[in-house]
Amino acid sequence: MLDQIILNGLMLGAIYACIAVGFSLVWGVLNVINMLHGGFIILGGYLTFFSWLHFGIHPFVSLFPVAMLLFGLGYVLQRTLINQVVSKPVLTTLTLTFGLEMILYNTMNLLFTATPRRVALDMGVLNLGDMLLPYDRVASMVLALSLTGLLFLTMRKSKIGRAIVAVRMDKDAASLMGINVPQIYAITFGIGAFMAGACGAIVAVIFPISTSLTGVFLGKAFVICVIGGLGTVPGALVGGLALGLIESITGFWFGPQNAILIGFVLMLVLLVVRPTGLLGRKGYE
Amino acid sequence: MRTNRIWPYFLLAAWILLLAASPFLANNYLMKIATYIAMFAAIAMSWNFIGGYAGYPSFATAAFVGLGSYSGAILQNAGLPMFLAWGAAAVIVVVFSASIGLIILRMKGHYFAIGSIALVDIGSHTASSWSSLTGGGEGLNVKIMQGGPELVGMIFLYTMLAIMLLAFITTVIVDRSKLGFGLRCIQQNEDAADMLGINVMLYKNIAFILSSVFCGIIGAAYASWVAYISPLDSFSILLTLKAAVMVLLGGAGTVFGPIVGSAALVIFEETIWSRFLSLHQGILGLVIVLLIFFLPNGLLKVDWSKLWAKKNG
Repeated sequence: MLDQIILNGLMLGAIYACIAVGFSLVWGVLNVINMLHGGFIILGGYLTFFSWLHFGIHPFVSLFPVAMLLFGLGYVLQRTLINQVVSKPVLTTLTLTFGLEMILYNTMNLLFTATPRRVALDMGVLNLGDMLLPYDRVASMVLALSLTGLLFLTMRKSKIGRAIVAVRMDKDAASLMGINVPQIYAITFGIGAFMAGACGAIVAVIFPISTSLTGVFLGKAFVICVIGGLGTVPGALVGGLALGLIESITGFWFGPQNAILIGFVLMLVLLVVRPTGLLGRKGYE
Repeated sequence: MRTNRIWPYFLLAAWILLLAASPFLANNYLMKIATYIAMFAAIAMSWNFIGGYAGYPSFATAAFVGLGSYSGAILQNAGLPMFLAWGAAAVIVVVFSASIGLIILRMKGHYFAIGSIALVDIGSHTASSWSSLTGGGEGLNVKIMQGGPELVGMIFLYTMLAIMLLAFITTVIVDRSKLGFGLRCIQQNEDAADMLGINVMLYKNIAFILSSVFCGIIGAAYASWVAYISPLDSFSILLTLKAAVMVLLGGAGTVFGPIVGSAALVIFEETIWSRFLSLHQGILGLVIVLLIFFLPNGLLKVDWSKLWAKKNG
């Protein structure tokens, strides 16, 4: 029984990591709490669902185009609106993204209604001893992990990734080195939205998607960022896996409702005890 | 910014008298709007202590209102008289904010914002999973007051107006005292304020407690008024957002800003926006976006005479 619970936790955790990594990147680099992140995930989920329903496109195929659409949306929002106030106090940027989130939420509710929708793939179940592994979950986990890995490689190896890291470390110095900081901000926000859209495609295979989940996913992103530490891919991975395991184990003992509660309480405790997160370094607070 | 001019006070007195006279001038619907205006003015003024004066992006307001609602409703259902239950709810909320403030006020900026949002989530999850006490997700019924809708409506209107007046008097006192000065210093530069000998932790805690006490009473009174509360409505992050938007709309860290902002937003909400129910959230979102780009300092800090001169000159 316990091995099944741990396995479930790890599968959930991989998806959580993918949910949080884009949010964490935006927070770490732009210093913006992006309240739109949950909405982006749901939008990605809806786009995946409808392209599957109407055109029969497999979710794992539509994942990349959907994520690219979200990248465009994020890029434009940052370039036109958020960049104008990016250096203002946290209340301003948070309120602005919250306002944008409400517009997005309202639009999605009007267009898609609040009915939960899910891409039902029915790929069968793998029996491993006494453990059950639904194939769609395994595929989602692998996809989520590889996307997270891809982002890690992008940040490490590509020119854009190095520029983003440079801006995060010292934006004035980066600017002096010839990096176009507003452009990097817009690309970073775009990447955050890209990851959210890709997650939406993955999540649509596992959970029923509805607009009421925007706040739930956003809450997960908060908790994971605080657990793992801000702005780094490994931090989000550790935080995501930790939260998946915690929810799975405490959900088994105390019921799923209380598992969410425990996640938030843990986050509050960690905020006080270790605000840099488990993997965080000083200077990123 | 301290204003020593006297006319704004007269204007406010006239406004409060107008709200108080609404049962005699208008129908029950307008009386309800007057009650909402007084209620949101008090909530906005509460938020102004921590968010406006001290500059801390607190989202805990909804947690205070929710905790007040549940405390008041549970105590009232247990047999406590209504007014006593409200007072007890205020005490519970103050004890909560004083103890939680010691913890989360150690954080700054983004972390404080996230921590205070988490308080609201913790509140709503606790309310929905502790079913034996709170009725869980089904919500909680509170005894409906006897005396017919007219009388009951008037009682709650005057309750909310009294809370609004109390919050206003507190604001004026804070604004003119050393506390207000210290909070403004913290807003501008906390480290410098600390260095100059301001007891930063104490001042922040007082501001945080002030931002909770009226919310606690309002929550309890609101629960008695609507006679039904549920976890998601009581602990609604949108409520905090509205409070912050009202303060920003009027002018953060000013005496009259929250009153102007709350009146403007409630009247706008009831006249225009209630006709488009399916667009409700979207319109509030749009208001927020426009506010941030075109009125970043609020209505009261716009120099109208300059604007007028520019337009004509």
